[in-house]
Formats: sequence, C-alpha cells, structure tokens
Amino acid sequence: MLRVDVEKKLGEFSLQASFASEGRAIGLFGASGAGKTSLVNMIAGLLRPDRGTIVIDGETVDDTAAGIHVPTWRRRIGYVFQDARLFPHLNVAQNLDYGRRMNGLAPDPAQHRRIIDLLDIGALLDRRPGKLSGGERQRVALGRALLSRPRLLLLDEPLGALDEGRKLEILPYLVRLRDEANVPMVYVSHDAAELRQLATQIVMLKQGRVTSLGGVKVLA
Amino acid sequence: MSEISPAEWTAILLSLRVATIATLVATPFGIALAWLLARRDFWGKSVLDALVHLPLVLPPVVTGYLLLLTFGRRGLVGGFLADYLGIVFSFRWTGAALACGVMAFPLLVRPMRLSIEAIDRRLEQAAETLGAAPWKVFFTVTLPLALPGVLAGMVLGFAKAIGEFGATITFVSNIPGETQTISSAIYSLIQTPDGDAAAGRLVIVSIVLALGALISAEWFARRATARLHGN
Repeated sequence: MLRVDVEKKLGEFSLQASFASEGRAIGLFGASGAGKTSLVNMIAGLLRPDRGTIVIDGETVDDTAAGIHVPTWRRRIGYVFQDARLFPHLNVAQNLDYGRRMNGLAPDPAQHRRIIDLLDIGALLDRRPGKLSGGERQRVALGRALLSRPRLLLLDEPLGALDEGRKLEILPYLVRLRDEANVPMVYVSHDAAELRQLATQIVMLKQGRVTSLGGVKVLA
Repeated sequence: MSEISPAEWTAILLSLRVATIATLVATPFGIALAWLLARRDFWGKSVLDALVHLPLVLPPVVTGYLLLLTFGRRGLVGGFLADYLGIVFSFRWTGAALACGVMAFPLLVRPMRLSIEAIDRRLEQAAETLGAAPWKVFFTVTLPLALPGVLAGMVLGFAKAIGEFGATITFVSNIPGETQTISSAIYSLIQTPDGDAAAGRLVIVSIVLALGALISAEWFARRATARLHGN
C-alpha cells in the first residue's frame, strides 16, 4: 500500500526513514521534532525528498534517481491537518464538495450522505467555518478529505489542537472511519493512547530515524 | 452656484470613461503583478517593484513625455500598434486612458499585493491536497480571498485615474470632447476670466468622487479582514 524510503535535510535536522506497510491504519509515532510532519508532507508531495522513493498504492510518486515527483494535486491523497484549514470563504457544504469539483468527479449522493452521517455534520452544512467549534471544524475537514475520494488518507495530529473532552468526541468517528470508510490511513500522533485505539501498525520515529516498526505492542 | 453646463458634463463623462477603461484594463495586469511580487522570488524582482512604483515618484510630465515617445504616432510601440492593429493613442481619449492607467498602476497594485500576502498559504496547500491544480488553486482560493483587496485596488486606481492631470495633458493634450478630463477642464477654466464658477463646480465634483473612492476602499479593506476570519 505504502512504501517510503527517503532522506531529507532540513537545516540542522536530517530525516532518514524507510518503511513499508499494507496496514489499514499506520500510526506514525514520535515526540514533537521527530520529523513526523516532514515525513507526511513528503508523502503528500508538499515537501520533496533529497533522495529516495515513495510508492502509494503501487504508483511511484517520488523517485529522485528517476527524476519522478508527482505534484501534490495529482497524488489523490486526502490530508487532514491539525488546524483543519477549511476555506473561510466557503460554507461547510462547499468545503465538502471542493475535492470532488477539483477532480472533476461525478457527484455520488450515496457516498456523500454516508460520510455526512458518519461524521454527523449534516446540521452544519450552511455554516461558515468561522462559526464552527474546533471539534466540528475537524470533522468537516475529515469529510472534505474523504469526499475527494483519496486512495490514502493522511492525518497529522488531527486531535492535537483539541482539549481532552473534544478529543473523546472525535475519536469514535476516527475508529468508525478506519473500519467503514475503506481508505487506508497514516495517522500521526505523539499520543500513545490515541494510537493504541486507532492504529493497526506503528512506525516509531525518533530524531529523524525509524526506531521500531510493528504492531501496537511496540508502543509499550 | 448654478447648474453643471453641457461642456462640464462632457468633461465629467469623459473622465469617468477614461478612468473606467484605465482601471478595467489595468486590473488583470495588476493582479498578475501583485501575485508575482507577493508569491515569487526571481532575479530582478526589486527592479520590477521599483518600476511599478516609478510613476508615483517621477514628475508626471516626465511619464507623459515618455508615453509620448513610446506610444506616440511615431513612437516604437505606438507606430506598430497604429500600423498593424489600428490602435491610436496620441491625442485620443484612449491615450488619456493609457496615461491614467500607468499613473494609477502603483496605487492599484499595492492593496492587491498586500491582500495576497495576507492569505494563509496553508489554505492553498490544503486545496492542492484536495486535487486542485495550481491555476485552480489561484481561481478558487487565492483570488476569492484576495477579492476585497483587488476591489480596493481598483477603487483607489480609479480615483487616481480620474484625478490624473500632468501625464495626460503632456501625452494627449487638452482637447474638449476628446482628451479634456475634469482636471484639464479645471486647468483651462481657471485661466479663463469668468471660469471661476465652472471651475468651482468641477472642483466639487472631484472632491466628491475622490472621497467616495477612499471611503469605499476602506470599506473593502474591512470586508477583507472579515472574510479572512471566516465570518
């Protein structure tokens, strides 16, 4: 599903990571500054590796030796950022529909309905992002990413900006997503408890290096 | 004060037409340049930035004279445009529009540039991850978010264009009905023995137009802030 073997120098920091996974939910675990976000940005194509390859769903999206770098907008990934990044000039419904429109995909009302129900955001459709709570914003961001019909979903600390109560509010949605949405995901977090609930496989990152790889047991 | 005379109306309407055309034609160039200056780093950027601002600091008569040399009937560009495309600038209202557009350009570009710079680039990244090609990102995220700044730039540019005098009169002279704008009409009137009343009326029209433009530019700027906060 996902194969990563990259090197990247960012100032003083150097990232060197290699892993492959067929898992439904890869948990990328590490302290802040371990290089998690840089790694996810490389998978998304927002950051270009100095050396190496990235393969998503059998397609080589990065191969520095062969000069391949598929731009982000052609990678068919979904990305949920810690800060949601909803478009402030569009309402929730327009935000949700954005990916489908940009990819020129035909409307799929059943899928649309299913994701809106899954995330419980039907009541928010007419609102502007500025009028949403942090938890609501994050749910809409999840829906927006899913509705662009990605082949891989990247979640970079999607609960990071939320307080404990809100986290507990969103976590069940993420579990349902993993089990029902049928999109493999890479879930970045520095919270072991979160990953124990969500991840099927763990990639542990420490100071830019992969230190362990395996089931959730490696978190202990 | 008596009513506005037909001759004064002619000058007012001509000014409005010249400023409108100047603003509309300058806007796409202004947006492109604002984006370039806000978002790209390239060799010669500071020179380009200085060139854009040049009409603001150069004596208007110099700008007008340079336009005459370049876009006049015998000018390098003017000759070409007249011979091959039939576009003539010298002593025509189109030349007045060109002069006004050039003079207004720095004021038009500035708010556009500032509003593009204020946009959170992470929103553009988010659009890319959703499958939007760069030009789609520009038209669906960057431009809509910059719209209040774009409109503010257009209003300011329009206000500048309507008041332009030095470059216009140097380039296309002061021909009633063709190139005589409000400014050059006032200039002629105050040199005429009984022109004071007419000049006074046009002065009031100028003040009203300028104030209206400044107030609406301010209003657009406030809208921009609200829009960026998602309300």
